[in-house]
Amino acid sequence: MSSRRPVFRHPNLPSNDLGYTRRAYEGLDSTLCAGCGHDSISNAIITACFELAVEPHRIGKISGIGCSSKTPAYFLGRSHGFNSVHGRMPSVATGASMANRDLLYIGVSGDGDTASIGMGQFVHVARRNINMVYIVMNNGCYGLTKGQDSATADKGSASRKGRPNPFEAIDLCEMAIQLGAGFVARGFAGDKEHLVPLVKAAIKHKGFALIDVISPCVTFNNTDTSTKSYHWVRDHMEATAFFDFIPVHREITAEYEAGSDTTIALHDGSLIHLHKTDGSLDITSRRAVIAALEDYRERGQILTGILHVNQSLGDTHDILETTKAPLNSLTEKELCPGNQVLQKIMDSYR
Amino acid sequence: MKRLASVNDFVIRFANVNGSGSASANNLFAKAVFRMGIPVSPKNIFPSNIQGLPTWYEVRISKDGYLGRRGGYDFIVAINGQTLKKDYEDLLPGGYFLYDSTRSLDQSFSREDITLIGIPLTRICNEEIENIKLRPLLKNIIYVGALSALLDMEFSVLTDSLTQQFAKKPKLAEPNIKCLEIGFNYAEAHFKDICDLKVSRRKILDRHILMDGNTATALGAIYGGATVAGWYPITPSTSVVEAFDKFTRKYRLDGEGKRRAAVIQAEDELAAMGIALGAGWNGVRAFTATSGPGVSLMNELLGLAYFAEIPVVLVDVQRVGPSTGMPTRTQQADILACAYASHGDTKHLLLIPSTPEECFDLAAESFDLAEALQTPVIFISDLDLGMNDHVTLPMEWDDSRTYNRGKVLDREQLETLDWKWGRYLDRDKDGIGYRTYPGTHPEKGAYFTRGSSHDEYARYTEDSEDYKRCMARLDRKWQTARSMVPGPEIRMADEKARVGVIFYGTSAHAVYEAVDLLEKEGIHLNTMRLKAFPFPDKVLEFIRNQDRVFIVEQNRDSQMRTLLVNEFELPPAALTAVPYVGGTPIDAWFVCRSIQNALANGPLARSEKGGDA
Repeated sequence: MSSRRPVFRHPNLPSNDLGYTRRAYEGLDSTLCAGCGHDSISNAIITACFELAVEPHRIGKISGIGCSSKTPAYFLGRSHGFNSVHGRMPSVATGASMANRDLLYIGVSGDGDTASIGMGQFVHVARRNINMVYIVMNNGCYGLTKGQDSATADKGSASRKGRPNPFEAIDLCEMAIQLGAGFVARGFAGDKEHLVPLVKAAIKHKGFALIDVISPCVTFNNTDTSTKSYHWVRDHMEATAFFDFIPVHREITAEYEAGSDTTIALHDGSLIHLHKTDGSLDITSRRAVIAALEDYRERGQILTGILHVNQSLGDTHDILETTKAPLNSLTEKELCPGNQVLQKIMDSYR
Repeated sequence: MKRLASVNDFVIRFANVNGSGSASANNLFAKAVFRMGIPVSPKNIFPSNIQGLPTWYEVRISKDGYLGRRGGYDFIVAINGQTLKKDYEDLLPGGYFLYDSTRSLDQSFSREDITLIGIPLTRICNEEIENIKLRPLLKNIIYVGALSALLDMEFSVLTDSLTQQFAKKPKLAEPNIKCLEIGFNYAEAHFKDICDLKVSRRKILDRHILMDGNTATALGAIYGGATVAGWYPITPSTSVVEAFDKFTRKYRLDGEGKRRAAVIQAEDELAAMGIALGAGWNGVRAFTATSGPGVSLMNELLGLAYFAEIPVVLVDVQRVGPSTGMPTRTQQADILACAYASHGDTKHLLLIPSTPEECFDLAAESFDLAEALQTPVIFISDLDLGMNDHVTLPMEWDDSRTYNRGKVLDREQLETLDWKWGRYLDRDKDGIGYRTYPGTHPEKGAYFTRGSSHDEYARYTEDSEDYKRCMARLDRKWQTARSMVPGPEIRMADEKARVGVIFYGTSAHAVYEAVDLLEKEGIHLNTMRLKAFPFPDKVLEFIRNQDRVFIVEQNRDSQMRTLLVNEFELPPAALTAVPYVGGTPIDAWFVCRSIQNALANGPLARSEKGGDA
């Protein structure tokens, strides 16, 4: 079954700063199961890009293999997409980002695609700090091969197959923080209200931005015994802090109580306003966040929201000191040193 | 005993312990010969180890310009106690054996058909050099000095080379030059007129350079416009990307000193190829370099690049397989693994250089072919070509040459297109569609690249007819490629010879020499050096025009023979295999022997397969 959008469109659909309606950011009809968490994430990506007024064709969508990796066909239809091979999305995204630093790269992966076959690439794309949004549609199982446990399935959690998972679970967020990622967040596909600002903040973050989105698999892993089901996650999640994402040049309309909030400025001037509560987490501290993630895990709870932000890191282009112009815009004149130089080089080999 | 005698035509082999600085001393010797205008071919036969294992360095000096290995050793400099006996036994009758006589040879060293040249290298070092750390390094320089006396070389060429080498550290030049003199003087005093092998200045080389193939390949990538390299270190390809990186830091800077290239050392070969692929998809010329084990890992992404039609260049510097094999020895055994890399029906373009000059030309051309044909191009070099210095013609770049970026639609073209564009639509009937780069146009030209089955409009399909059309079009593209790749180099013998020999890459040097040697014996051979796969029509024509065809290659299973038999549907008996499997570069004497025996006895006997060590 697929989720079909109504064909009817309101004539007065709102448009964004570029004059595009939301429709310019949509893709093909989804072929995933009805109620799949992944479709909600696709919608959050569409909404975030629409509301941020990203040029709808200035995005590269790259994915691996699995249910998650099919989704780039279902959003941002005016952008180029690349459904690569299993677990290799990070390297393809790395190459793409090197070739043209001016596009926005959204990498989509799943828990199998990232935490198992693609673990090596995930680790290294994070530590290299490629400027991209890396979304893991995390359902704790292999949907496309009918429900085997994945490496993010919690120990003791049981999918429709019925046998509790006997292995330790991998927490991708905790790993990413340890690897030095500059933006790490955890979302829930059933909580659109918080997911959209998470995606927006990740887009505006310069460098590697991971969003691990718990995205229930309605067909194979939405059972009472699963810790990746809609009801379990709803009952056990707790956000680090409520926050507002304020794009650059937008007026701050909400009122914040002095001393109770933290503001984090992103690279382009956008702001993240965190509404602190008593004893709330310092998300700029890797040490504090890792401790908090461990505490929540011990209690059987799921910590969501922006988990960690570090705005002081240079992305891969900064690190490699590449030229400002996209490498794919350089012409022969800029690339080929010419015969005169070549003959000088030849002289040094005589 | 008749001592071997010749001017500018002999083989000298150095036997050392690796990590002792011997390679640079031996290279100093080879470079001096080169600078005296004489064709020289140094080959470093080294272990997969950093320090302490046997290593050899062969220098072929050939006034006739034969740059492959000949076979046999006329002069051995034996510095390694571990291999002393074998080195002694390997020397040709009439040859010269220079050894460290600080310890005398035991009674088992009893050959009477060679000339012993004992120089107490260790004792001299201990007496003359105060710095203990420098002693093992300078010991090598002492024997180079002795050689210059024994072979009548111009001493100043050596001292000039050292001065140049240590231009930035003149303090180091001083003890080196002193040791050259010590060696020279010792040989003059003790072994005057004992050696009849001589090196004498000639003007055989004037324009030539001495360069390794990997450096030339890197230069080809620079001149060919490559900007992104993903790579993972592996012998013997490492120096390709290291040289590329070095050249970009000099020749690829913008006005602010920022780099017009991105070199990423990946976590493995999968990622290295993924990076190159992602970059190629996004409109730059990208490549990776690896060796056999890396090719195995890259199979997955090569299949994706073939099916999704993404230009990418893979430099494969072959080493000895299977598996880890002999990482520091040479072979031509990745032919089939590259030609048909990945599952499903796949085929890949291969370009096969045989000199550094050709490494440069073909590396640059590989980017044109990859983009014009929207497919991977595998540039197949080998350790011998890649890591050894070769005398080669200087590279040249035609400044009027333009890159062939292939069929790419830009924003204006998309705007004014009067036909319904589809990424994989074969509008020109050559199997090649029009691609677009991401981000080109707000409404037109976006498509979904995938490794899953797709139709002309890049839409997912499981329809048999769609799939068949796609595969047939890819085959059509393959036929287009046949007319675009470099043709073979064919040389017909003067007489109406009806026997041909086929070879490729670094086997060329030994085969050309063997052909000359055989001609003196009255055996006339037509030759064809393959440069590319798919095979152009001329290849088949050559085979058909011979009564008998040999194919010489450096692998056990005659992989190129398999490829020719398969692609042209030839009866296997049409090609007689001459396989060489030693792991050292193939030599001319081996080729001669094999062809002579085969012509005398019919098919090549099994026992004669394979080369020496």
